[in-house]
Amino acid sequence: MFRKIALTAASVLVLAAPVWAETAGEQHIEDVDFAHEGPFGRFDQFQLQRGLQVYTEVCSGCHGLKFVPIRSLSDAGGPGIPEDQVRAYAKQFTVTDKETGEDREGLPTDNFPANTGAGAPDLSLMAKARAGFHGPYGTGINQLVRGMGGPEYIVSILTGYTGEEKEEFGSFFYENKAFPGGWIAMAPPLSDDQVTYADGHPATVHHMAEDVSSFLMWAAEPKLMARKDAGFVSVIFLAILSTLLFLTNKRIWAAAKGKKHA
Amino acid sequence: MAGIPHDHYEPKTSGERWLHKRLPIVGLLYDTIMIPTPKNLNWMWIWGIVLTFCLALQIVTGIVLAMHYTPHVDLAFASVEHIMRDVNGGYMLRYLHANGASLFFFAVYLHIFRGLYYGSYKAPREVTWIIGMLIYLAMMATAFMGYVLPWGQMSFWGATVITGLFGAIPGVGEPIQAWLLGGPAVDNATLNRFFSLHYLLPFVIAALVAVHIWAFHTTGNNNPTGVEVRRGSKEEAERDTLPFWPYFVIKDLFALAVILAVFFAVVGFMPNFLGHPDNYIEANPLSTPAHIVPEWYFLPFYAILRAFTADVWVVIAANWLSFGIIDAKFFGVLAMFGAIAIMALAPWLDTSSVRSGRYRPMFKWWFALLCIDFVVLMWCGAMPAEEPYATISLIASAYWFAYFLIILPLLGVIEKPTAQPATIEEDFNAHYGPKAHPAE
Repeated sequence: MFRKIALTAASVLVLAAPVWAETAGEQHIEDVDFAHEGPFGRFDQFQLQRGLQVYTEVCSGCHGLKFVPIRSLSDAGGPGIPEDQVRAYAKQFTVTDKETGEDREGLPTDNFPANTGAGAPDLSLMAKARAGFHGPYGTGINQLVRGMGGPEYIVSILTGYTGEEKEEFGSFFYENKAFPGGWIAMAPPLSDDQVTYADGHPATVHHMAEDVSSFLMWAAEPKLMARKDAGFVSVIFLAILSTLLFLTNKRIWAAAKGKKHA
Repeated sequence: MAGIPHDHYEPKTSGERWLHKRLPIVGLLYDTIMIPTPKNLNWMWIWGIVLTFCLALQIVTGIVLAMHYTPHVDLAFASVEHIMRDVNGGYMLRYLHANGASLFFFAVYLHIFRGLYYGSYKAPREVTWIIGMLIYLAMMATAFMGYVLPWGQMSFWGATVITGLFGAIPGVGEPIQAWLLGGPAVDNATLNRFFSLHYLLPFVIAALVAVHIWAFHTTGNNNPTGVEVRRGSKEEAERDTLPFWPYFVIKDLFALAVILAVFFAVVGFMPNFLGHPDNYIEANPLSTPAHIVPEWYFLPFYAILRAFTADVWVVIAANWLSFGIIDAKFFGVLAMFGAIAIMALAPWLDTSSVRSGRYRPMFKWWFALLCIDFVVLMWCGAMPAEEPYATISLIASAYWFAYFLIILPLLGVIEKPTAQPATIEEDFNAHYGPKAHPAE
């Protein structure tokens, strides 16, 4: 009896844990099947590179990425851009040197610059700072299946514009199916063929949205693949250890226990 | 009460005798590890080891994290990102620490509810229970302050809401709140003292854990029957017990390994599932999040805090009787702390002479309802403060108090318990058959 209650309570506890409230208004979040999802999911290196291109050519106009070191572009488990290219890439940024106080070209050891000019939020952690899925009943349990939905949220924002706009107190707002409240201050940033991918990948709005969301997931969680590898090794190790301890336990107790009643 | 009779450490060599005369530490360790333990303990008795492991895990990962963390409002958030990106294995340390807190509370709730079901709080184990409650309080304080350290939006606003509870105390509330915060609002002084205390409290917990273990090693473990170990002689005691090493050490380690496999799956594959996305947004005193929600392990008590709004009749009555001193906010604070305090009083509120819920046919159902009640409160705590959650919270909070204040005292009088086994040995043999002797 107690065991049953305990198990039920335990599983409900685990499942009901990360509960958050449904946001007001009907949000439509599209469930995108990203390469990095699931226990064995890995970033698609070429998608990250395309996403970097979209970020650099489009998003970085208003948004910063201030927590991400430029050098990490060549780290394992990321876009994997060769170091000399990263050095060349860094040069496009103007950085105020911390020691001399003078402006100079960016170096790989610098972070991506912050960008607060347009009042747009920093994107370093955006893919972890939003949850796409909250259900059922605000319990967030569906994240167990679908993932947190941060990148999905970004895709849905980028592709969720209806074309409607309104002016309030001198500011423009654009109707967006994914944004809480339905009206967002960001003008639709993407249009088809806005960037030209070197690998010939079609640059539709949806493709660009997916690529940049994947890149932002990497930016927010650069150690995602190393973490999953560590998790996998740990679980395997603990499964073996559990088996050995189970057998040891059984053997030790065998002497203390008599035969079970038939 | 004398302990369960068992063999004690006998120093054999002259070196051992020399040390034993001066410091009987080997004897102390021997008696601790070899303590006679009721042999019928079931799988609900493994949470103690899990909790001990959690404390060690949190202290070890926490000490390393502290080496890389900067408790300053301008640098804290960035230093956490530095840990996540630049420190070797830093992402793993932080995810272990953050999810370790969840495992800690998951285990402590099962540990507490096990105690509530099997009557582990009853005489002579009241002191163990009270110290356990103190550990739980210290855990909550530690976890709360730890959650503030990353200096995200939920850190900041959670700190604002929770310290605001102290501000609700009539008269002296605001000075107390300012004293806790080190200023009029959550700011750098708050972050600094929370970091300091977050580092201190785990060691207080470790000391309390030592006393907790000392206390129940004095009385002996409770067990699923609630029947005491026979203590007439060593031979008699040995028929009810087995030494902690190796029987229970290996059993507990097996359970720990299984639980850790699940834990590492969470850390490896979904480390942010139990966290709140808003805490990846740097703290901003000018922007309040849409919903301020505490971590999952605080939700039941958060629900109780919010349940007693100004339109509830008990609140109106309390307000009228106290000439307006007790308002809804203060009532909520009292209810929240009261909900924990009445748990601590369970040894004196439960009037039943039978310890284990196994032999209490009516108690079983009320207890099952309490478990459901706890989960319902947890769910309500995460929901916005509106209907129908407000009403559900109120009913669930009322049941929480009713269980301890009405049902436990009453059941002891009206309930007819079923027959308990005379001895632990009898219960054990009923499950596993009498011990096979080589001669048979």
